[in-house]
Amino acid sequence: MERPLTEHIIPGREPMNVAEYEKAGGYRSVRKALKGMAPKEVQEEVKKSNLRGRGGAGFPTGQKWSFVPMGEDAPRPRYIVVNADEMEPGTFKDRMLLEGNPHGMIEAVIVAAYAIQADIGYIFLRWAYKVAEERLRRALAEAYEKKYLGKNILGSGYSLDLYLHVSAGRYICGEETALLNALEGKRAIPRAKPPYPQVSGLWGKPTVVNNVESFYNVPHIINNGADWFKGLSRSDDGGTKLYGVSGNVKKPGLWELPMGTTIREILEDHAGGMRDGFGFRGLLPGGVSTDFLVEEHLDINLDFDTVPNYGSRMGTGTMIILDDKTCPVGMVLNLSVFFARESCGWCTPCREGLPWVVKILNAIESGEGRDGDIENLELHCRLLGPGHTFCALAPGAVEPLQSAIKYFREDFERHIREKGCSWKRRA
Amino acid sequence: MSWRMSTDEEHFVYHLLLTIHYLLFTVMLTEEERKEIEEELRQYAQKRAACIEALKIVQRRRGWISDEIADIAEMLDMSVDELDNVATFYSLIFRRPVGRHVILICDSVSCWVTGYDIIRDHLGKRLGIGPGETTADGRFTLLPTACLGACDVAPAMMIDDVLYGNLTAEKIDDLLARHGHSRTEKGEDL
Repeated sequence: MERPLTEHIIPGREPMNVAEYEKAGGYRSVRKALKGMAPKEVQEEVKKSNLRGRGGAGFPTGQKWSFVPMGEDAPRPRYIVVNADEMEPGTFKDRMLLEGNPHGMIEAVIVAAYAIQADIGYIFLRWAYKVAEERLRRALAEAYEKKYLGKNILGSGYSLDLYLHVSAGRYICGEETALLNALEGKRAIPRAKPPYPQVSGLWGKPTVVNNVESFYNVPHIINNGADWFKGLSRSDDGGTKLYGVSGNVKKPGLWELPMGTTIREILEDHAGGMRDGFGFRGLLPGGVSTDFLVEEHLDINLDFDTVPNYGSRMGTGTMIILDDKTCPVGMVLNLSVFFARESCGWCTPCREGLPWVVKILNAIESGEGRDGDIENLELHCRLLGPGHTFCALAPGAVEPLQSAIKYFREDFERHIREKGCSWKRRA
Repeated sequence: MSWRMSTDEEHFVYHLLLTIHYLLFTVMLTEEERKEIEEELRQYAQKRAACIEALKIVQRRRGWISDEIADIAEMLDMSVDELDNVATFYSLIFRRPVGRHVILICDSVSCWVTGYDIIRDHLGKRLGIGPGETTADGRFTLLPTACLGACDVAPAMMIDDVLYGNLTAEKIDDLLARHGHSRTEKGEDL
């Protein structure tokens, strides 16, 4: 089984330096694209590959690029931005790539930047990834030295400067327009769309923002072709996927598997199943902004198109397991506290609604729940849902809440009836 | 009969005191800090885009951002309010003093499921402080933080930019000892 994203990564070992990386076939796609392909051809190949955005939304990457105005009279400079602000709880896949193969990141940015003829690139990295930061800095210096970055790359006539921006916290920076405000030195508040960043992004110039894992696929698509890439997958979406599991399982971790691998295979074959003494109750399939799935869903394929048929989304593909020793109400309370704290405060439903959700859940969890609380939470799920807020943060917050009420309603009701949480006595 | 100041006199005294305060307490950026900030400006199309990095440069040396925010704002052609507006938005820019070591404890879901409350309670007992507080000796500040992206080794925390995972009570005792914790006013001995 091929694992192009992680083939050069050996956990616990220092990543390859530029010479080792070149020897292993690294930077081949830069030569191929910059010297032998037109920018539009690179875009076309990525479009044909059915690569979809790995940040969670699953928007087709090639299509995203195609909205950038090209040609002589198109605005300049154009920007390419790596969204490495991985702060979705339960998600740790981009960290592995950045720490394990920083040159893979740079190679991918060069090829993607060439496809949209970008002049300047930024890697927007979250503050907590100190190891990745240090390794990226070293790799960037090496890449400049080898003329993969800077003026007239490898004599191709194409130039690109790539900078590292290390953020200072806040989940909302991962929203692509909030990220652009953060890069401009402002509060990270999402922007109104349209205009979309591809037309008017950083400092009003055309800008493409892609997730780390999406980028890492690009060199392999260019080297091996769209058909090869599609062949890696078990579903209509091309390629492999970094799947992860955390929670009380035997072996929490990350694995690169064919896109569309079933939840059961990931959970049982790779994560080793539940830890002794813990039973399975449910899971969030890809970060905390996705709806719960339960036992009956274990055999579905974890990919962008299948999961929505069962009321959830693949999201980041790094699942969080709810076990039978953990209170579902307490878990949703934890998630709601996170969302309320990380709300940027810009729009009223999110700023005011999420703290109300926290208050109600807190009351239920601490034995002060009342009749009507569950209905009140359901009302909030509607009022904070899609179409009522400025960005996707609050609708994301509602996903685990509404599905928890659906699958674990009996637990919510028991908390209210028995005036407290029966799990509180655990341990 | 009691003596009262006129409004004009009140203003005068107020501004006099303010001037004395500035003369005594104005903190200027060091040459080194200025240089490092200048260096960052080259990455961006506008000066203000370097403000996060500038704040971090100063914070790295001084622990937190105090009145020197005015100097930074001036360098970046921003008003102090504009810069403070940004500084207070990001959770890792400290506008109040913190201890010598900052402990960031992850309270997000994967850590919560695998024992966040045990870790938090243990740290609280050892240090004698709760989340958001600093020990009386100024050695440790304990701050809750969003997911550290270390869910495979949950529960996790960071001390001064270094990540520690698979935490247990024993591991925490060991880490605190390595960072010089012996006893605090309310906390327990190791």
